Amino acid sequence: MSPLKRLVVAAAAAASTACAAQPQAPAADPVPAAEAADVGADRAPFSSTYAPEPSLPTLIRGATVLTGTGTRIDGGDVLIVGGKVQSVGTALPAPEGARIVEANGRWVTPGLIDVHSHMGVYASPGTDALDDGNESTDPVTSNVWAEHSVWPQDPGFEAALQGGVTSMQILPGSANLIGGRGVTIKLVPATTYQAMKFPGAPHGLKMACGENPKRVYGGDDQFPSTRMGNVAGYRQAFADAQGYMEDWKEFDAERAKYEKDLAEGDEDATPPKPPKRDLKLETLAEVMRGNILVHNHCYRADEMATMLDIAKEFGYRIAAFHHGVESYKLADRLAAEGVCGALWADWWGFKMEAYDGIQENLALVDFPQGGCSIVHSDSEEGIQRLNQEAAKAMTRGRLAGLDIPPERAIRWVTANPAKSLGILDQTGTLEAGKMGDVVVWNGTPFSVYALADLVFVDGVLLYDRAHPAPKPRSDFQL
Amino acid sequence: MRRLSLIVAALLLAPALAGAADLLIRGARVHTAGAAGTLENADVLVQDGRIAAVGGGLAAPPGATVVEANGRPVTPGLFGGVTQFGLEEVSLEASTFDAELKLTAPAWQHMWRPEFDVTPAFNARSAVLPVMRVEGVSWGMLAPLAADSLIIGQGSAVTLDGRYDAALHGSRSLFVNWGSDAHDASGGSRAAQYMLFDQAIREVREPGTSAAAALLLPEGRAALKAYLAGGRVVFYVNRASDIREVARFAAARGMKPVIAGGAEAWVVARELADAGVPVILDPLENLPGDFDRLGARFENAKILHEAGVRIAFSQSDGFHLRKNRQLAGNAVAHGLSWEAGLAAITSGPAEIFGLGGSRGRIEKGQAADLVLWSGDPLEVTTVAENVWLAGQPVEMRSRQTELRDRYLERVKSHSAR
Repeated sequence: MSPLKRLVVAAAAAASTACAAQPQAPAADPVPAAEAADVGADRAPFSSTYAPEPSLPTLIRGATVLTGTGTRIDGGDVLIVGGKVQSVGTALPAPEGARIVEANGRWVTPGLIDVHSHMGVYASPGTDALDDGNESTDPVTSNVWAEHSVWPQDPGFEAALQGGVTSMQILPGSANLIGGRGVTIKLVPATTYQAMKFPGAPHGLKMACGENPKRVYGGDDQFPSTRMGNVAGYRQAFADAQGYMEDWKEFDAERAKYEKDLAEGDEDATPPKPPKRDLKLETLAEVMRGNILVHNHCYRADEMATMLDIAKEFGYRIAAFHHGVESYKLADRLAAEGVCGALWADWWGFKMEAYDGIQENLALVDFPQGGCSIVHSDSEEGIQRLNQEAAKAMTRGRLAGLDIPPERAIRWVTANPAKSLGILDQTGTLEAGKMGDVVVWNGTPFSVYALADLVFVDGVLLYDRAHPAPKPRSDFQL
Repeated sequence: MRRLSLIVAALLLAPALAGAADLLIRGARVHTAGAAGTLENADVLVQDGRIAAVGGGLAAPPGATVVEANGRPVTPGLFGGVTQFGLEEVSLEASTFDAELKLTAPAWQHMWRPEFDVTPAFNARSAVLPVMRVEGVSWGMLAPLAADSLIIGQGSAVTLDGRYDAALHGSRSLFVNWGSDAHDASGGSRAAQYMLFDQAIREVREPGTSAAAALLLPEGRAALKAYLAGGRVVFYVNRASDIREVARFAAARGMKPVIAGGAEAWVVARELADAGVPVILDPLENLPGDFDRLGARFENAKILHEAGVRIAFSQSDGFHLRKNRQLAGNAVAHGLSWEAGLAAITSGPAEIFGLGGSRGRIEKGQAADLVLWSGDPLEVTTVAENVWLAGQPVEMRSRQTELRDRYLERVKSHSAR
């Protein structure tokens, strides 16, 4: 399906002898927005330079508010001050000079979040020149970062924002067993991806089960060509990374000894030579340290169980199984292990591993205690209507006898994706202190007729349906 | 959810019955998709698989099954789209995919096979079809696929009522790639598409004058000849300038063009209306997917309809046909009238494919393909509650409902692990 891509690997130039000797993924270190904005400062490569524009205090009044915490407030107010949600409740007083949004009859939700997008890496227009989503030259490319392929002028970004999306994770494609690092961004207009990057968000790691890797490589008589080959590939990659971590641990010990010898006046002490940096293994080491979150494309229930065993073997956690059309078969296990299911409402049938798709999948994965369902898109079309996909799944759940009110279903496109991306402490719900990522809908978002009237990102009104920008955001569309 | 009578429930569980009883759906909001528009508190009488009467206060013939709609909406069965359903079980499994011709001779020898017709490969027992049927999809247009050919081949509309001989008379059409999608098949230039098509036409009209390396075999000449005498030819084309040019080109050579894709059709809406050229489009297409679609926008359907162009909706992927009503709902959200939205998935496509006299509307004499909905048929939170095809109740089961029922109990009892 997806053609082969050229290699785009930017070399990180961090010194490895500072502080902790084990190399850390530079952008995995949280960078405070205020500091990050200073692009001249000594910042880690590729880290976020995004800082919100100043914004008016805004009081949205009299709406049906779905907070994303499972609560619905009728006649509710949301107050955004300084780019943050200040309070959520009823009859909130308006600060002086605040913009007042009379939202009677309208609904308010947190900004929607898509955990699975290829926007910018498979941009519109889909030209060969912009075909940058799969580094399908090697089944393990944990060294590549999706952000280095992101074209910020992709017109899809503005379309997604107009669909109420305020954050998304951009992932490499699924040609590879381990496809590379994903990046979480905010839907803000920008010339560079650094200026879109969600400050402090951890990287994701894209892994893929099943048919895609074995088709891409096996089709050319390369490894892997079978599912057992796939599993050997994941395990060898993590085993190599374990060895790499050992090498660095050994180096740390030798360096400590060297420093001690120096301090004790041993003039003949020679400094140890650090291991050669390996960008593939560096990423996997960060996964095993818990600093990068695994997002695993995996359709079949039995393969999910295999991946859970591999995660246990190497001591990492899987944040979410993506495209898990069979997740419903394993709903209790996923809930017990704290793994989210990032799912479509009704995609199925286009390949064998999608043959058992059912429309109740999201509702069933949501049902057990601790169940975590996420509506994801994997589509520049679908991302514009995540709310409608949630509505379809909610409806199917209800018909199957599962009571899923809107205040619960909205979590599938807000709090749950935020949780799987490691950003729930900053966004994904309407709670005091969180980012002012807020959508005012023309009515219930669980409708085919739903349209986002207003979309705020960090308190900044970025889309106003009644007053659309006279020109498209993307330079390409001029 | 409202309940049907026990008699009807029993019928629904039974396998398709031959010669079912008459059916009276009473007290419905009947969306006729025709000139009568929407009728409140109306009845629909079905006899012998056809709609016998539509109106208020119809009497139930003796022995008829009576369904109380209690104000719920009834629509004609939905058009699934221009698609490959029944031609494929699993897209990526080649052994289950019959929509594409891949002969092994040199390309120039086999590219042009207008005689290739996918209709006989239609599998009325495909597991895909019940999944669509229970969602109210009653028919669709089978179309061949080919990425590397200008003329792709022929297809027919099919009913999903379960009969083996499912092709609908009068719907046969020829499918042609045009514009950048056919670049590779035309030597890298879309200008050559006109050149090559004219070469093929000359082979049909003046056999014997063509070069030794002809584009068409004798069977192909015969097949194409029928289309040059007023046959329906569907052109997959998106760029406004190409749409305008190919519509004129086709009409001037005796063909009856239909535009499919049509991302930029709104730009030339007036010309298409004047020429009576219909457009099959995806109203969700609003991004510049390629350089032929830079002008894609949500308002395409609305602009075309208001200019007087007949429209139909299709997303083409055989596994997403049940999404067609969501396409219509979104077109309505972006300005298309509700009635026009429904028409674009019922009467519109029926007219486009020459079937307006037999389906697509709730009118006397039409095929009794009917859907009773839990609410607004274009809304994502409603479902088809009952479906009748040719007057027979459809068993509301599919492989997907079977999977659901198996695992629903496991999840509810916390044993899905």
